[in-house]
Amino acid sequence: MRYVDEFRDRTKAEVLVKEIERLLAHIGRDQSRPLQIMEVCGGHTHSIFRYGVEGMLPKSIELVHGPGCPVCVLPMGRVDDCVAIAERPEVIFTTFGDAMRVPGSRKSLLQAKADGCDVRMVYSPMDALALARKYPTREVVFFGIGFETTMPSTALTVLQAEREGIRNFSIFCNHITIVPTIKAILDSPDLRLDGFLGPGHVSMVIGDAPYEFIARYYKKPMVIAGFEPLDILQSIWMLLRQIDQGRCEIENQYARVAPAGGNAVALQAVAKVYELREFFEWRGLGSIDHSGVKVRDAYAGFDAERKFAVPNAKIADPKSCQCGEVLKGVIKPWQCKVFGRACSPETPLGALMVSSEGACAAYYQYGGIKRGRDDEASAA
Amino acid sequence: MCLGIPGCIVSIDNADDLVATVDVSGVRRQINISCIVDETHPVESCVGDWVLVHVGFAMSRINEAEAAETLRLLRELGEFQAELETMQTLTDAVAAEE
Ligand code: SF4
Repeated sequence: MRYVDEFRDRTKAEVLVKEIERLLAHIGRDQSRPLQIMEVCGGHTHSIFRYGVEGMLPKSIELVHGPGCPVCVLPMGRVDDCVAIAERPEVIFTTFGDAMRVPGSRKSLLQAKADGCDVRMVYSPMDALALARKYPTREVVFFGIGFETTMPSTALTVLQAEREGIRNFSIFCNHITIVPTIKAILDSPDLRLDGFLGPGHVSMVIGDAPYEFIARYYKKPMVIAGFEPLDILQSIWMLLRQIDQGRCEIENQYARVAPAGGNAVALQAVAKVYELREFFEWRGLGSIDHSGVKVRDAYAGFDAERKFAVPNAKIADPKSCQCGEVLKGVIKPWQCKVFGRACSPETPLGALMVSSEGACAAYYQYGGIKRGRDDEASAA
Repeated sequence: MCLGIPGCIVSIDNADDLVATVDVSGVRRQINISCIVDETHPVESCVGDWVLVHVGFAMSRINEAEAAETLRLLRELGEFQAELETMQTLTDAVAAEE
């Protein structure tokens, strides 16, 4: 496939790995003091495991899988709110497939569906709007989830609904923003990171400028990266080159898709429909100031939160979960006490085990657990 | 959910609502193209565009020149690596002779 296959070339990957090894030796890092690079985006976590990128890299690089999987950081209380909305008889509750199995305190959306609620998986928020057109006597709710990548799509769908005068459509808005989250990570005391792989598709919307503070104030380099294996390897190489040359900049490896200025149309739609929340609750990370958005008053009619008065209860994560520590990179997924035992993709306890963009599910699915335990055994 | 997929726009289906059909590896579906349309790139000029498709929206026009540039850098790196290896083997050979 065009723009995909050429970024999966094995020989080019080998060349990049050699270059990475050469730079690492020059920087003077080895296994005892590995360089820590965080990929912020769940899409990268997914690709890294899917293509075995970690296994190609020398042991003197450690990839820390950041909090950028929107499904994984959704707190339990919000899932309960979804279920509460879905349980109303007039509602058709629509969602991306990834969110179906996230556990709530009572049940997941999948269980709600099994219990008779009208929950439907859609590919696009526009598909949800089409359902609203088709069933004018029902209330169609779309579960709006994701970072700046998906935010424009739900905002544009609301604007389209308004243009058409569709009244039986609303968004349950759980969109989150990446920049305050990166800042929270940088401010966290138990973290020691040498650089970031920047989220390519968020950047396609917001551009490079919002990350400037990372280089300027926190003195960490970032490379905005694409999602194919070569993109990720090349971005790591670019990061190492910065570290080797003592630079801290925001560089863009993914310019073919993510222009420096972002996407003006998308940003306008987002600004029109959404405004920042004072704070938003993250699973495992707690409350982060200004890290979420809500529907503006002008579009209150399209806001499921107002239409259906959701319970909005705060529910603590199960005690045995260590999702927070995994999210911050303090422990590896396989070091969580319930990993692969009480918590597996079939019976997830934590959300990191649900989505294929979650670090735990990725480790589990692509055999990282064995590798992790082998590493531990060889280190002991 | 954060991954997108490249596709090629094959027709404009509704110019007012900015709906087009995209072909992704032989699979066709309707998508919204608001995010790739502006004064400099009107609806009519979108057919043939390679775009990144994400949850039913064309989110970005793929920049052909930038894609080529990335691949060129990768190729050069390969040549550089080959040269480095030759240099290394030759240096080793000289050292072994001494
Ligand atoms: S194994 Fe389960 S409970 Fe433990 S961190 Fe991963 S998702 Fe959370």
